[in-house]
Amino acid sequence: MTATTTAAAASTAAGSTTASPAKGLVEVRGVHKSYGTLEVLAGIDLEVRPGEVTVILGPSGSGKSTLLRVINHLEKVDRGFIAVDGDLIGYSRKGDTLSELKEKEILVQRTRIGFVFQSFNLFPHLTALENVVEAPVSAQGRDRAEVEAEGRELLARVGLADKADARPRQLSGGQQQRVAIARALAMRPRVLLFDEPTSALDPELVGEVLDVIKGLAHGGTTLVVVTHEIGFAREVADTVVFMDAGRIVEQGPPAQVLDAPRHDRTKAFLDKVL
Amino acid sequence: MSTLSLPQDESRQLVPPPGALPDPPGATTLAPATPTTASTTSTTDASTTRWEDLKVVPARHPGRWIATAGVAVLLAMVVSSLVTNPKWEWSIVAQYLTWPSVLNGLWGTIRLTAVAAVVGFGLGTVLALMRLSRSPLLQAVSSAYTWVFRSVPLILQLLLWYNLAYLYPTLSLGIPFGPGFLEFGTLDVIDKFGAAILGLGLSQAAYSSEIVRAGILSVDQGQHEAAASLGIPRSRQTLRIVLPQAMRTIVPTSVNEIIGLVKGTSVVYVLAYGELFYTIGVIYGRNQRVVPLLMVAAIWYLVITTVLTVAQYYVERHYAKGAVRTLPPTPVQRVRWTLQVAWSRVTGRPAPAHLPPAYAARAAVGRSHLLRTATSDRTTGGAA
Repeated sequence: MTATTTAAAASTAAGSTTASPAKGLVEVRGVHKSYGTLEVLAGIDLEVRPGEVTVILGPSGSGKSTLLRVINHLEKVDRGFIAVDGDLIGYSRKGDTLSELKEKEILVQRTRIGFVFQSFNLFPHLTALENVVEAPVSAQGRDRAEVEAEGRELLARVGLADKADARPRQLSGGQQQRVAIARALAMRPRVLLFDEPTSALDPELVGEVLDVIKGLAHGGTTLVVVTHEIGFAREVADTVVFMDAGRIVEQGPPAQVLDAPRHDRTKAFLDKVL
Repeated sequence: MSTLSLPQDESRQLVPPPGALPDPPGATTLAPATPTTASTTSTTDASTTRWEDLKVVPARHPGRWIATAGVAVLLAMVVSSLVTNPKWEWSIVAQYLTWPSVLNGLWGTIRLTAVAAVVGFGLGTVLALMRLSRSPLLQAVSSAYTWVFRSVPLILQLLLWYNLAYLYPTLSLGIPFGPGFLEFGTLDVIDKFGAAILGLGLSQAAYSSEIVRAGILSVDQGQHEAAASLGIPRSRQTLRIVLPQAMRTIVPTSVNEIIGLVKGTSVVYVLAYGELFYTIGVIYGRNQRVVPLLMVAAIWYLVITTVLTVAQYYVERHYAKGAVRTLPPTPVQRVRWTLQVAWSRVTGRPAPAHLPPAYAARAAVGRSHLLRTATSDRTTGGAA
């Protein structure tokens, strides 16, 4: 049972690389993850098409954040596979053999996947610009001067051109999150994962961050956003995924999932949130 | 009839109606005694008096004054006994303070401290990283090291290292369990200084490793995750992201340890190594001026500790960059601003415009509360 799923996942992953030079295709196959006896992900299958915006909804503890974290290999899966553009995350493939990657190689894989945290996690001892510049220089070995110029552009793009030399503690929550988005973009990722990017913000500041994310939608990078902002999902998402208890309950275009949910669980959740 | 009217008259006298008595000028802030008339009186007051004209009387603290006076008397007694008691022999203290052999001993102490601190914190950082690594063997070795070196008294360790030549007369470099290329006599490599450094440095490493480990653990897990999610290489994560933030917790305790080390070097006198304490002992052994020479040593230890404390302040300030919105003023700035405040209060001239608000407010003390900030704003505007 498990063996067939594995084989299928591997062949799909391999097939997609040869078929088209996809940019930012995320495939999740049969992923299980437990913390101790608590099963957080109970068999997830999901395909995120390149360049699209996927919004993941669901109650707390439904496994949304964990799903994002396993895509970026911040957590290791217990069972199943995840591939970005056909490359299996955490493994290298040679014929029918999968070898586990060393941490160093995982770090290289991660440079293709950006992650924006709920609590920003900016480096507090570095300025906004240094936060943006750090990884492209140290992880990708790019020229510092060139990255700095690009970093300033990115900060301008998120509306913070004048805050380049400010330290995170001197910025508001919304500004910090926008710097965090610029920092993720500086790596030129194919996939950008947002883990509840506005949950730690004052209601007033939510809009400015969502506007930045809207600006990124359909700009070439695949976006996967875990959020509770239903309005944002309705407006921007190509696909809405509803999760509960570690499973995907239903997925589809926003008009279908949000306005005509087929499952009672989705209906109950939306009734509470809306 | 008269019995009925009497109490009414009395009550009228006890509580005069508003306006019956002229308001004393200082009583405007106090609410009138009767609640029935409170609202009317206070509204008339608010409309007639300007709050800016109210005088503010600072709170008095008699207890604080008594305590201050008591401590001042005690201080005066200490100073007077230091000056008047001839047995302190301050002239001899002054004479030996810069005696060449004393300065030599001082240099010995500084050298021991510096090298032992570098060895201690270098090895300590390695031990901390081993303890936090995922290899069980590395973890166990690090824990065992800390256990052993924290358990055995420093003085015993020093004597053991000094007697290493008894256990191993020669030391050689070569392949483990294989042939050796270079051979030394143990006594040539580990002289008194070497033994002192080994003893001080290795035991310091055990303590430092715990300090560094605590610092690393104090850095938020999100920082590790953010660095990992950006693909920043592991060594760079440690050096650029984690350690600079850990330094905020590491520095205060480390300086504590280094100050302990400065004085810990005095234990090295058991090896007859020429550091400050041993040198002093040799001198007073010869001339019997025990107390003055002990004072010489005390003064030099005070000087070293003072220098380290000042250095600590600036290092802490450096690593506070990301943790506070605005850096605290340096001691020099603080002294300068306090003097400027004092000057402006004595002369009555406005305080300089660049003073931070807290100091500007102090310069304006004695004027009305409401005017205080307004005045400092005005002086700022006027000077700019």
